[in-house]
This record gives sequence, C-alpha cells and structure tokens, in this order.
Amino acid sequence: MAEATQFNIVDPGIEEGLEKLTEERKNEVLSKFVATLKKGRFDVYVNTCIHCGLCSDACHWYQSFKDPIYSPVGKVKQTIWEILRRDGKVDKDFIRRAAEIAFTECNLCKRCSMYCPFGIDIGYMMNMVRRLCHLLGVVPLYIQDTCNSHAVTMNQMWVKEDEWIDTVFWQEDEGQAEIKNFYIPFDKEGADVMFSVIGPEPKFKPQLIQEVATLMYIAGIDFTFPSFDGWDNSDMAMYVGDFETCERIKRAHFEAAMKLKVKRIVMCECGHAFRSVYDVGNRCLGWKAHPIPVIHAIQLYYELLKSGRLKVVKKIKEPVTLHDPCNVVRGRGLGKYARYIMEQICENFIEMTPNNEHNFCCAAGGGVINCGPIWRGKRVAGNSVKADQIKRTGAKIVVTPCHNCHSGIADIIETYKLGVKNVFLVELLLQVVEIPDELKVEY
Amino acid sequence: MFELLGSDLLYKFLRGPMCWVAFILFFVGSIYKIIRYTKELSQEKVVFVYVKPQYALKSYFHWFLPFGTRNWRLHPYMNLFTFLFHISLIFVPIFLSAHNLLIYESWGISWWTIPDKLADIATIIVIISCIFFLGRRIFIKEVSYVTYLSDYFILAIVFFTFLTGFLAYHQVYTYKIFLNLHILFGEIMLISIPFTRLFHIWSFFFTRGYIASEFGYVRKVKDW
Ligand code: SF4
Ligand code: SF4
Repeated sequence: MAEATQFNIVDPGIEEGLEKLTEERKNEVLSKFVATLKKGRFDVYVNTCIHCGLCSDACHWYQSFKDPIYSPVGKVKQTIWEILRRDGKVDKDFIRRAAEIAFTECNLCKRCSMYCPFGIDIGYMMNMVRRLCHLLGVVPLYIQDTCNSHAVTMNQMWVKEDEWIDTVFWQEDEGQAEIKNFYIPFDKEGADVMFSVIGPEPKFKPQLIQEVATLMYIAGIDFTFPSFDGWDNSDMAMYVGDFETCERIKRAHFEAAMKLKVKRIVMCECGHAFRSVYDVGNRCLGWKAHPIPVIHAIQLYYELLKSGRLKVVKKIKEPVTLHDPCNVVRGRGLGKYARYIMEQICENFIEMTPNNEHNFCCAAGGGVINCGPIWRGKRVAGNSVKADQIKRTGAKIVVTPCHNCHSGIADIIETYKLGVKNVFLVELLLQVVEIPDELKVEY
Repeated sequence: MFELLGSDLLYKFLRGPMCWVAFILFFVGSIYKIIRYTKELSQEKVVFVYVKPQYALKSYFHWFLPFGTRNWRLHPYMNLFTFLFHISLIFVPIFLSAHNLLIYESWGISWWTIPDKLADIATIIVIISCIFFLGRRIFIKEVSYVTYLSDYFILAIVFFTFLTGFLAYHQVYTYKIFLNLHILFGEIMLISIPFTRLFHIWSFFFTRGYIASEFGYVRKVKDW
C-alpha cells in the first residue's frame, strides 16, 4: 500500500479529475495499462529489479528526507508493483497518491538509472505513470493548464502571436539603447541559426531574449526568430504524458525551422525543452534523429568563445559555481562545454560535489515546478541536499543554464537563506565579453 | 521422512528424470523468455535502434569491475559481496570437480575443474554473502521497504543449495540427506531462473546495455 507523506497538499486539478472519473473509464484505462505493464520494457524492468535498494541514494528526494517512500524503487513499489499486484483494481485514493508520486516526487532526472546496477529506467516508468494519470484525467491543475495552452496556442503560456511579435520588438527597442543598429530579425529565410525560446521567456523574462540576441549580434551570427507558431520549443505535454500534444508541438517547432530553411536550431538556456526536442520529440514523431541539427545555447556560447568570435575582456571575480542541469548535462554531455565557458569567464570557479553527469537535480525539473505554487514547499524540502551542495562550495554566484533549474534554485536559495545569487550564463557572458567600438551607442 | 530424504530412490529420481526436467525448463524457459522479450521490444520502436554494442560493452566492463562505478564505490561492502558472490555462484557449480565427474559419468565429457579447497572457500563466500544480503533486507530501511516474501524465497534457494552442498561435501551428519537436498535445491534454482527475478542473470545484459546505449549514443555521457 502506498504511504502518505507528511505533506497534506490538496491539488484542485487532481481532485476535480478524481470527481469526474467514472468507474467504467477507470477500469478501461487501467486494464489497458496493466496489459502494457505485462510486456516489453516494463515487464523486463519489473522482472529484473532485484529489490536491492541501491538506487536510493541516487535520488535527491530520498537523500533529503531519508524516507524510503521517496527512493526511486520505493516510488515504483507504490505505483507500478501495486497496480500489478492488484491487477489494476485500484481505488481513487490510490490514484490520488500515484499522481502525487509521479508528478511531484520524481523529476524524471534519470540519475537513478546511473546508480542502479541494471540501469533500470525509473524516470521512464514514472513518466508512464503520469501518462496513466493523464488518461484518467487526474493531473495537477497548473501543469495541465500549461498543457492545455500548448494544445490551443502551440506555446506554453497562452501567448498570442501578436504578443510574441510585440515582445520581441520591445526587446529589440531596449537593446538599441546599448548596441548601435541592433535588431532581431524575424523569419529570415536561409539564416544560419533559428533561435527558439520557451513560452515563459516572453511572458516572464523577456530581457533574456534581448540578452541572447545581443550576444549573437555582437558575435556576428546570422540568426532569426520565427514570428509564427513553432517559436516556442518548450513542452509540458511530454511531462504530462500527453504524447499526442507533444507530437504536435514538436512538429510545429521543427517545421518552423524547415520553413525558414535555416542551417540549425539553437535552443535557449532551458533543459526540459532541450530534452523534448533533442531526445523525445523526434522519437514521438517516429524519426530516429532530427531533420536538422539541434544545439543548446551552451554549445553556441562554447563555439563563440573557442573560435574567438566573442572575446573575453575581463573575468568575474566573485567565486562562482555551476549547477549542471540534468537534461543537458546528464542528457547531452554538455558538462565539458559548460566548464570551458566557466574557466574562460570566471577567475574563481568552484565545482559542486558531485558534479557533471553525477550532479543532483534541482527538484524543479521534470515538470515538478510546473505543478504550481501549492507544491513549492514540498519541492524545496525535497532538495535540502542541493542547498547543502551549494553551501559547501562557498560560491557567491550559482550559474543555472536552465529555466526550471533557475527558478527551482532561486526557491532553494531563498528558503535555505543561502545568500547567493543565481544567473543564466548569458547574463555573465554579457558582463565579460568585448563590445566592439563600432557597435557602442554614443551618448 | 528422513528415510525418504536420504533414500537411493530419491537420489535416482533427482539425478535422473528430475535433472532433465530442471535443465530443460531452465534452457527452454530462458530461451522462450528471451525470444518473447526480443519480439516485444522490437515492437517498441524506440529501443533496438538505439542499442549500440560499443557503449554496452564499456558499461558492462565498469559494472563488472569491483569499484568500477561511482555507486559501487559508495557501497563498498555491498560491491565486494555482490562481486564475490556472483563469481562464486557461477564458477563453483560449473567447475567443481564433483560436478564434472557426474557429467563425465553421464556423457563422457569433462572440462577444467577448480581445486576443492578453492571451491570450499567460494562456497563459504556464497553462504556468508547470503547472510549479508539477508541482513540488508532486514536492517537497511530502504531495502526492507521494497523486500517481499519472494525476495527471501530467492535468497533461500541459493543459500540452501550452497549450504547443503557444503555439508554434503564435508560428509556431515547423514551425507545422503544433504546430497539429495543439495540436488533438489540446485534444481529448484535452475527452474526458478526463467520464472522469477533470478532472470536478471540474462536481462542484466539487455537493461544495462540499453541504458548504456541511451547514455553513450544519445546522451553522450557515461553511465557509471
Ligand atoms: S527524481 Fe530522478 S533520481 Fe529520483 S526517482 Fe526520479 S528519476 Fe530517479
Ligand atoms: S537499484 Fe535497480 S535493481 Fe536495485 S532496487 Fe533500485 S531499481 Fe531495483
């Protein structure tokens, strides 16, 4: 039986879903789910796991609470094994708890797969429990809302097309105060780079659009933004288990690049979006690889520094540490690129331990932060290990080159009173790179 | 009861028909399951296309190497026991001279054997490891939380196979009873492999190989 946690959080989305859920629908979905559990990857995983508990320490949730209900295998026990044991005949209380586990106690960070001797992919299993909850209509309110937005507007934040265009123009305007003739080209056919951002950038952090565009402008990159659907590379549908919507939005994103005939897609400093485009989206669409190269902002910055297109003229003096976002470091081996950048721009770079692909997740990723503010307290409590990690470095600045990490770590810094500030890479880069005289605005 | 356990009749049954049944179930069961999984997994279109032997082999190497992965280094005792346990578990039954002799008697073939002294030590290692694993299941909370009756059952099969083998070899008490029990447990173990989570001896190569490929080929990081 699944154990209750010390948190008594009532999520209106989950409750409403449970209320509406009919007995027939429940039985129909669960019996199909049980059939999936009994074959292929699931069956192999269930019949291979030797119940050794060696994956426990891999999970920041377990490390923070030291309660086995939060261990990776503990989460599988409370959901998958239990559904199998009861042959799918579970009640609504069970579903409520399963949704809580899958959506709010697992970040799908896949660190546990590196620690399980069998490499059992518990992140995948939890994502499939989310899929089950999605089919049952029992999903936390906030993340379901972002998914609805994806389905309706093709972006995560209900941003209308004119709002998007307007925001970019506004940022172009702001940028012109610093850089002469600065402009952000829309829909430039045949550009080298299509830069795509996540929906929350125009909504909450528009200055990031200006900053990254400034950087590309200084470096002389031939870049463009799409003005139409496909500009948003984010994907909460993947985390809800709504793979049908996931497919639609990934297709729109790739198609935008194809329509603009760009050479490659560069994605903003976001981890989940990168996972969605680089790892999940193409497979959802039935493609083995991407129709067009996809890189992350970290790779672009690395290239620009390495090739000398961006020149570092001073270094950050304060001690800086780096949080490795799971989705681009464990998810794409970008740790070494990020470290190159850090070495170039910081005088005093301090590693967290463990780091690189062994780094702990921020506990915000995997859609957990998107489950909304009511889950915030639990999410932050579930990552005291990250707070300790940051504290031990003694750094004054934490670099978080991912949106979810950035927000999650901001919450951790505030709650545990760490007294450090967290920044995106682009913010640091703009402080240290040379702006050629001919681009400087004269006042 | 004791009479039956030590009887020649039981011995003949266990060494004869039962032995055949055990080996056939072991082989046929294992092969059937491997084929079934291979079929089902190739229907899940995103699995085999990403499996790359070069990454799988590298990962096996690290996970087989004592202290070869970060998690093994974090759990040194568990690593040591797991390593010695599995090595002994594989080598003793195959290379024990008494087993070899049986095969030679039946089919006239034989292969390398290990000295009985070494086999004895390895057997003791298996027995101690089983006690260590049992201790983990009882006393370590994250392990006991996910321990089911079946886990004790699996452990008991291995434990009793080796314990009775040890006692039979050393001719303790009534030799014949232990010998019969030893064969019986050994056969139960063989039969259990395809039908319980002991199947991990085969599936390890798939699950580890698959995640190693996902990590090495797609994610471009190591998985150890
Ligand atoms: S949060 Fe990460 S380590 Fe923990 S169970 Fe989920 S995927 Fe595994
Ligand atoms: S480490 Fe792997 S085999 Fe052991 S309990 Fe965790 S998932 Fe199961």
